Amino acid sequence: MRVLRLIGIGTLMHFKTMSRGLFEIATGLIVPIIQATMAVYLLRAGDEPQNMVKAAVGAGLMGIWSSVIFGSGGAIQRQRWQGTLEMMVIAPRPLALSVLPVTIATGLQGLYTMAATLGWGWLLFGIVPDFSHPLLFLVAVPACVIGLGMFGLLLASTFVLMRNANAVCNTLEYPIWLLSGMLVPLTVLPDWTNPFAAILPTTWGARAVHEAASGGAVWPSVAACLAISAACFAAGALMMSYVERRARASATLALS
Amino acid sequence: MTDYAIEAAGLRRTYRSRTGWLRPKVKEVEAVKGVSFTVAKGELFGLLGPNGAGKTTTIKMLNTLLIPTGGHARIFGKDVVAETREVRQRIGYVFGGDRGLYDRLSGLDNLRYFAELYGIPPREQKQRIGELLELVNLTGRERERVEGYSRGMRQRLHIARGLLHRPSVLFLDEPSIGVDPVAARDLRRTVADLAATGTTVLLTTHYMAEADELCDRIAVIAQGELKALGTPEELKHHADGRTVLEVEAYGLEDETFKDIKNLHGVREATLETQGAVQLLTVQSVSDVDVQPSVLARLGGIRLGRVAARQPTLEDAYVAIVAGDRS
Repeated sequence: MRVLRLIGIGTLMHFKTMSRGLFEIATGLIVPIIQATMAVYLLRAGDEPQNMVKAAVGAGLMGIWSSVIFGSGGAIQRQRWQGTLEMMVIAPRPLALSVLPVTIATGLQGLYTMAATLGWGWLLFGIVPDFSHPLLFLVAVPACVIGLGMFGLLLASTFVLMRNANAVCNTLEYPIWLLSGMLVPLTVLPDWTNPFAAILPTTWGARAVHEAASGGAVWPSVAACLAISAACFAAGALMMSYVERRARASATLALS
Repeated sequence: MTDYAIEAAGLRRTYRSRTGWLRPKVKEVEAVKGVSFTVAKGELFGLLGPNGAGKTTTIKMLNTLLIPTGGHARIFGKDVVAETREVRQRIGYVFGGDRGLYDRLSGLDNLRYFAELYGIPPREQKQRIGELLELVNLTGRERERVEGYSRGMRQRLHIARGLLHRPSVLFLDEPSIGVDPVAARDLRRTVADLAATGTTVLLTTHYMAEADELCDRIAVIAQGELKALGTPEELKHHADGRTVLEVEAYGLEDETFKDIKNLHGVREATLETQGAVQLLTVQSVSDVDVQPSVLARLGGIRLGRVAARQPTLEDAYVAIVAGDRS
């Protein structure tokens, strides 16, 4: 119960922190418009105007991922700058439990991005969010956010160790978009990418959301996403305790 | 059960930094070189030293934020490397400056969040936070965002955060840095009250008067090594046999300062700029009156107050640290 309370209050506090920055607010307003526009023109150029809903949903998924990867990396980096990373580490709780709320909060921010992208798509391009399984869409999106959040936790361990975590975020943003089939179908990617795609929770989360929007069996993808997310959480918790020790040994928790 | 709250034995810490990719150069800096001391339960222990002496590194090894590269340390008998969680339950850490708080959250939200991180039972949180806000005089301001707080208010919030879980050992790393004199006095009173109620406090500070007033014992650290350890009275003996001359000057050149340092009988000299005034402090052996020769060297320079006095803890500190450099 105490763990749930820590996660709940931690998520609320980190969400408050993230949603009060001018940069984050401006990014949250502008990025969905850019992504919705990009996705629409991409599919129009590909002569697939019938897939506009897919485009809007794909753009929303990209928004969630960007939010998680930059939110988690940025949040850890910001905490290093403001000296609170050391305060989190020095608390007698496992570091994974202190960092998990950061990634959940970024996922919640991502939910807004999805809603905003769909909203802008409707307003600017007339893409009506007419989903095949509207109720399952409401299940698939949170499952996808959990998947992305847990993957974010796994990555956050790297951010704790490295002082230049932002560089890692930049490197990972586009490959994960592509490998997870958020916007471009996995079938157009080379075969050797399939095994990598199959082990990413983001792939199954994105598939679940696309299936809920455009038709298909949603539950198997949701189940696969949650199972891989649980594995990511376990690996993330182990990694976090390892990198905490490494960071204490290499003195990278603080800037100086 | 150990009698000591803190035990440090031969603590060492080396920092390694790497530059370049193709031909990487590894640079090693030995920040702490085998520091040993013990702090009794309920003692208020001061760690003094110049910038870069290794004070913060020592504190960070004791509070589990850094792993020592040599030696070992225990908090209430628990090893800081092997029993990290047990150590963290017993310690609080407060550092000076603007960092260490969530600026976009209110003071109350900061305390609520850290109360969760420290596992304070929900039914106790409200009362404990209320008590601490009262203690640090922030009641009524707790719902304002920290980004609007003054330096003194932030520092008081830091103290409240550090005390949330009633730590047995409190590490205070230059808590009064940049704080106005009134806030610093309140801070000293709070620290003294904590020690009086049985909390062990390890304090680093640049302010000798603060250390003299508060600390039961003081360790002076310079260039990563422990140079002296004792009560403030014992440390003052390091300046025995000396007298101190203070001169306020305007426009004292480096060359003249160097000349004064080399005068017969002068042991140490420091020059501190305070706005437009330069405060020249000259320590000399008691049986040589250096005042006439110092004033002769300052001929042609506008002078303010000139006074001779007995050595203080600060003079003893300068003697210890400068003695190490010479």
